[in-house]
Amino acid sequence: MTIATETVTPNTDAERQGIFRPHRIVLALIAVALVVYIVYSMRWDWIADYQGQLIAGLWRTLGMLFSSAIVGFFFAILLGVVQVTGPRPLAWLANAFCSVIRGTPLLLQLWLLYYGVGSLFAQYPEIRQSFLWPYLRQAWPYGFAALTISFAAYEGEVMRGAFAGVPRGELEAARAYGMGPITMFRRIWLPRAVQRALPTLNGETVLQLKATPLVATITVVDLYGVISKVRQSTFLTYEPLLLLAAVYMILTALLVLVFRYFENRIPTKL
Amino acid sequence: MYEAFLDAANLGVLSLEPPGWGAVLLRGFVASLEIAFGSYALGLLIGLMGATGKLYGGEVARDLWEIYTTVVRAVPELVLILLLYYAGTDGINKLLALWGYDPVDINGLLAGIIVLGIVQGAYSTEVFRGAIKAIPSGQIEAAKAYGMPSFMILRRITIPAMLPHALPGLANLWMIATKDTALLAVVGFTELTLATRQAAGATKAYMTFFLAAGLLYLLVSFVSGIVFKILERRYRRGIAGPA
Repeated sequence: MTIATETVTPNTDAERQGIFRPHRIVLALIAVALVVYIVYSMRWDWIADYQGQLIAGLWRTLGMLFSSAIVGFFFAILLGVVQVTGPRPLAWLANAFCSVIRGTPLLLQLWLLYYGVGSLFAQYPEIRQSFLWPYLRQAWPYGFAALTISFAAYEGEVMRGAFAGVPRGELEAARAYGMGPITMFRRIWLPRAVQRALPTLNGETVLQLKATPLVATITVVDLYGVISKVRQSTFLTYEPLLLLAAVYMILTALLVLVFRYFENRIPTKL
Repeated sequence: MYEAFLDAANLGVLSLEPPGWGAVLLRGFVASLEIAFGSYALGLLIGLMGATGKLYGGEVARDLWEIYTTVVRAVPELVLILLLYYAGTDGINKLLALWGYDPVDINGLLAGIIVLGIVQGAYSTEVFRGAIKAIPSGQIEAAKAYGMPSFMILRRITIPAMLPHALPGLANLWMIATKDTALLAVVGFTELTLATRQAAGATKAYMTFFLAAGLLYLLVSFVSGIVFKILERRYRRGIAGPA
């Protein structure tokens, strides 16, 4: 928390006067003029036609983001614990997994899963006849899997540091109170590690949000997918992309605000 | 030896000779590396200007840099690439038309480098800003007291003194630069990922090609990990490690 307030704290008297500095008013006027120009001189009539699809796309984007972040965080905890306490071969495996995922582009992983693993699945009649097949034929499970794996690998690296960084004394104190390993993990180690990892979680979630449009390349119709469709059918180059950029900026701002609210509620005395 | 290995492992599709797609993959790999190097260098340049602008610039410059870093870091790279790619090429051609020139076909490599460089610049601005702030202010004041002009201070004091603080962040950015090149596949530039998909689509050997491309990317990340470790050891000489 101290870091966040330090960067916000104005370091000169001039900055302390806030947004009503003359040049800021000019900048704001330029921004308003730009927005007015964009709204009036460009074509926005398509929004009404695609409204339903746009909203459905937005929900799919948010669904992809939160489901993959929550499931991914769960796996990240496992990866972190295994890397810190697991037996040597398991720790090595978890470490290698994180390095491989973090060392290759998400787009490649996505296409590997969708085109590669997907085509492997189709070769086995056992899988084609199983109850999972209706899902495996669609694109979104692959998108979800790729996003989850990526989030788990990036956050797993963070959790490893967080678990290793919990002060020895706290764990020794827990043991001295007679806590078993599971109670100690549940009551002391996990909460303290999550607390340490929380500031990075914000950044990781924003990165994850910015990674979601990639699923549109494997035909998952998220917000970006809808916008691509609009661009193809209306032949508009900029307008849909500008709307998309604006929506992502708003979503990022909301994420940052929500995380800041929760971070402020957690007492820190480090 | 490479071909013999391929024969043994039944990986003929990866052969460098025409029925195989190895050469296409390697050409894509080289294109990816070129874009990564180019955009990283451009990003470092923008980042250095941005960091000094944010720290020492006038009020207007400071606000403009803030807008740049905030917007670029809030919008997905994919969307930025599409916007800048189309808007950039379109804008240049409109300008040329205004001056009475014929429209030009903009080189995909150059466009990719510039677009990714602008994205990288926003992140490296923040890395450099943090690193410069970590320099004890007395060092820069001493340089000023010796009468050094500001560019010389930057060259002789600020850059060498901030490098050890900036290197971990810069290493991260380089990894992001190599991986972000894959996004150019979406605008149709044949770098490694798109070349892989084309080869995989033509031969139906999806797993082989995607795994081969993954190995190439891993190779880059492995080698750069070593290089950055060496650099860090060199530039952290004389600085006490974490306790």
